[in-house]
Amino acid sequence: MRVLPSGSTALLVELDGLDDVLGLYAALVAEPLDGVVDLVPAARTVLLVTDPSAVALADVEAAVRRVRPRPGRAGTGGTVELPVHYDGADLADVAALWGVDPDEVVRRHTGTGWTVAFCGFAPGFGYCTPDGDPWDVPRRDTPRTRVPAGAVGLAGPFSGVYPRESPGGWQLIGRTDVAVFDLDRDPAALLRPGVRVRFRAVSGAAS
Amino acid sequence: MSRAVTVLETGPLTTVQDLGRPGRGALGIGRSGAADRSAAALANRLLGNDAGAALLEVTYGGLVLRAEGDLLVVTTGARCAGSEAHNAPVPLPAGRGLRLGVPETGLRTYVGVRGGIDVEPVLGSRATDVLSGLGPPVVSAGDVLPVGPASALPPGVDLAALADPPGGEVTVRVLPGPRRDWFGDTGWTALTARPWTVTAESNRVGLRLDGEPLRREREGELPSEGMVRGALQVPPSGLPVLFLADGPVTGGYPVIAYVADDDVDRCAQLRPGQALRLRG
Repeated sequence: MRVLPSGSTALLVELDGLDDVLGLYAALVAEPLDGVVDLVPAARTVLLVTDPSAVALADVEAAVRRVRPRPGRAGTGGTVELPVHYDGADLADVAALWGVDPDEVVRRHTGTGWTVAFCGFAPGFGYCTPDGDPWDVPRRDTPRTRVPAGAVGLAGPFSGVYPRESPGGWQLIGRTDVAVFDLDRDPAALLRPGVRVRFRAVSGAAS
Repeated sequence: MSRAVTVLETGPLTTVQDLGRPGRGALGIGRSGAADRSAAALANRLLGNDAGAALLEVTYGGLVLRAEGDLLVVTTGARCAGSEAHNAPVPLPAGRGLRLGVPETGLRTYVGVRGGIDVEPVLGSRATDVLSGLGPPVVSAGDVLPVGPASALPPGVDLAALADPPGGEVTVRVLPGPRRDWFGDTGWTALTARPWTVTAESNRVGLRLDGEPLRREREGELPSEGMVRGALQVPPSGLPVLFLADGPVTGGYPVIAYVADDDVDRCAQLRPGQALRLRG
């Protein structure tokens, strides 16, 4: 664990990889540190945002060094099953990249468990990481200017669901009717760090 | 009739702001809220409002509004010609208007109303986040914004004696960021030795700074990592961006330094063309 400075109110904890991030984040959610008001997990780091009127950064640093990360991907945030119509515009391209047919892409995507490692890019956009060996899918050479809400994509080692219409460079393999970000729900984001995800293939047109 | 303000003109940009949505970074939701927190807090204190009451953030003046019902109003932050309520609350009787001219110095003026602007909150806050699109829509001419019930507290002091935001060069303190070492001592010296110029491509997300580009001493990709306001991120152009209230939750370019949190409010009052000196 490396603790890096981030100004007068925050500390950036750098770790070896996603599993360590998930383990530390899970521990910090289970037993919050005094004076820490927000946590931002990412691919290799967890940002600890403090209330400087309540705590000194040096004390937070000492405390985080004593935290015992939770082992494994126990799934601290429950499980979400997402029904997916696998009719994405890039499904054939991904299949060609892997030298398999599109059905095999669907089998691999539905056949493994996923864990939301962190959110980013947009509110409620969860970066899902697969159990087992990491995936590696290149982004599209040219990002799309408009990706619809609910689009299910792959990029690098991650899979994700676009929470709302936005530009995007991920390879789109399908779409879900489930609203992964809904302001009328609390919490608004379905795919939160630590949540376990299962994708399930459904047939028929999406509404 | 319930009390409200009718917006007749907005100037370049007027939004509703409050303390924002802290504590949701893990969902990819930024804090947002007033860009100059201390000016917004002063307005609420002067009015006897709760600290979390919403008010209007007016960018470069130009707001015209009319009182629907008898109101108590105050302006703080950048002092606009035409405001008799600057740092000192005044009654605005029903039907009377408030017309803000262009500020002589500073950029953002807060217009507070006793009772607070009572639009519908989104995820616990009435702040408009111009990056994520969360919160109430940007204020438009013709909007009728409801005013909430006054708190039990009486209005605070009559007048806050406070210097206006400065018009010339501004100096703020900087502290190391997580990727200071990507730029070495040479980079740190370059960052802190000369003043930077605030460009016109600046907004609530951040200030884009112009000057001598910073050079990285190491190459490589950086996986996105969390940031808070005050971060000085260096994109491939070498020209730093200073993130403000609506800055992104994570970023994939190295953060060389942070402006000390207490000094970020003053940065939110900088206008295009102003010089910013970062003191290490």
